[in-house]
Amino acid sequence: MSLLDWFADRRKTAPALRPTPEPDEGDGLWSKCPECGEVVYRKDLIANASVCASCGYHHRIHSEERLRILLDPGSFIPVDGELSPTDPLAFKDRRAYADRLRDSQRQTGLRDAVVCGTGTIEGQGIALAVMDFRFMGGSMGSVVGEKITRLIETATEQQLPVLVVCASGGARMQEGMLSLMQMAKISGALERHRSRKLLYIPLLTHPTTGGVTASFAMLGDLILAEPKALIGFAGRRVIEQTLREKLPDNFQTAEYLQDHGFVDAIIPRTQLRSRLASLLQMHQQPAAVSA
Amino acid sequence: MAPRRLLLDFEKPLVDLEEQIEQIRQLARDSEVDVSQQLLQLETLATRRREEIFSSLTPAQKIQVARHPQRPSCLDYIQLLSDDWIELHGDRSGSDDQALVGGLGRLDGRAVLFIGHQKGRDTKENVARNFGMASPGGYRKALRLMQHASRFQLPVISFIDTPGAYAGLKAEELGQGEAIAVNLREMFALEVPVIATVIGEGGSGGALGIGVADRLMMFEHSVYTVASPEACASILWRDAAKASTAAEALKITARDLSQLGIVDRVLGEPSGGNHWAPLQAADTLRTALCEELNQLASLSGQELRDQRYSKYRRIGRYLEHPEMEAAATSDTLESSASA
Ligand SMILES: [Zn+2]
Repeated sequence: MSLLDWFADRRKTAPALRPTPEPDEGDGLWSKCPECGEVVYRKDLIANASVCASCGYHHRIHSEERLRILLDPGSFIPVDGELSPTDPLAFKDRRAYADRLRDSQRQTGLRDAVVCGTGTIEGQGIALAVMDFRFMGGSMGSVVGEKITRLIETATEQQLPVLVVCASGGARMQEGMLSLMQMAKISGALERHRSRKLLYIPLLTHPTTGGVTASFAMLGDLILAEPKALIGFAGRRVIEQTLREKLPDNFQTAEYLQDHGFVDAIIPRTQLRSRLASLLQMHQQPAAVSA
Repeated sequence: MAPRRLLLDFEKPLVDLEEQIEQIRQLARDSEVDVSQQLLQLETLATRRREEIFSSLTPAQKIQVARHPQRPSCLDYIQLLSDDWIELHGDRSGSDDQALVGGLGRLDGRAVLFIGHQKGRDTKENVARNFGMASPGGYRKALRLMQHASRFQLPVISFIDTPGAYAGLKAEELGQGEAIAVNLREMFALEVPVIATVIGEGGSGGALGIGVADRLMMFEHSVYTVASPEACASILWRDAAKASTAAEALKITARDLSQLGIVDRVLGEPSGGNHWAPLQAADTLRTALCEELNQLASLSGQELRDQRYSKYRRIGRYLEHPEMEAAATSDTLESSASA
């Protein structure tokens, strides 16, 4: 099947949001927690937002599952779903970038590492971007940059708050400096959104690192994180090489960042939807409406 | 003669010629034979060889030039460009980063803010300057100064020369990511002209943290990278020795980046690189800065902000409707690769 046919096929079947198993485990009926070893019925795990009921371990989830957990059913309206990557540098490392893209697209059913759109959380409108770590490590190239920028621009026009669910290894090296510049582009869009006194909340999930941390992940009016998510600018190994000493065990966890003042609140995924609904509600005071 | 220059490995073909020239000079002094003809020939040859070598540098060789310890640094340019320079210190939160400097000065009579990464010339200086790798406090100092400049209508002149933002325990604890991120956002709000120039190496987010500008200029042999070729090679090739291959693939040269729509103006260098003729390099820089500042001078604060946003808004390559564009895709890829 050609890529083109595959896209055509997918369009017929795609829109339905259905619960999907976590990517890091099989499709069986039962699931074993990598943290505590507890074996649970997969349906129960998914019903609990893919959080282990006995130890609280947060399984990694797809963008589709994230949307299902966060939004009112049927409220999601995707935008720019067709926007697709090219290979501007004709990049090839051990494999060609074009091949890596094709594989990721096949495996995920996505065109790139972010899904964007609008929806409601307990009836309150929001513009939402969800990064998907399965797609080349959630790396940010031109498509991720363009889609998030357009989303923020739409939100600015429509006076909507923005939520970006971050999950990324950073800038996508295969698009070179075009990737780095997406950090600036998105930050510029956020500056315009902010100047209208609109609310922006990044949710930092496991992992949020590199260029994403050095741009939109850290620009929230409120910065939220999932428990134990890895969040950092530089890689742990790089820092260990620089320092030649061991780093603290909880280094670059959500809890560590909160201790150092860079995360407003750590919210378990099971409470995320209701907490977000409250926060959105509290920022809807008539006085907060932009002048 | 200028002080002895460190020659890079690819300059070795010049070493023999230089030695011959030196020998003939010696001979002339000792014997009073007229060797001016031979000398002229050899010097012409040496110049031509140098031009040949420097007109076809590979990206990996440009990195060596960009990192040359004698390449003019941020403070060198400021001394050469500015009549009345006063360095300003501190982030007002407990630190004064030596790897990122800033202050006020005059450029052709006009008061401006200079900021830039500062490397050292030798080991001792480099330790003090942390090899030009700025800490969160450095980015916050830069932001404080840029916002000051915006309030008092002083154009911002930024010099980029860093291997990257400092990667260390302290830097993470103090919010390296947050410090850079806030600069990216707030540089879009500055209501004065901002001109950034990559004078040496531009290393990733650490460079961009003072690099959001109305005009991005780059010296001919400077490089600007999304990730250092060494890191890129070890991640993507799983082999740090593939750094020069990575340097090639990442498109890091001034010419590549102007073709990608990222760099607005490429500044020529004297043959042999800026460290062969720092005064000439400073003149080139002064001329370009003044021309760009004059062009931007007529714009209001809001116009500058709008145009700055539009400039970054355009950066990126993607397909809007791949099905429709599928037939044209291969052409697009070829044209962007060879463009
Ligand atoms: Zn568990």
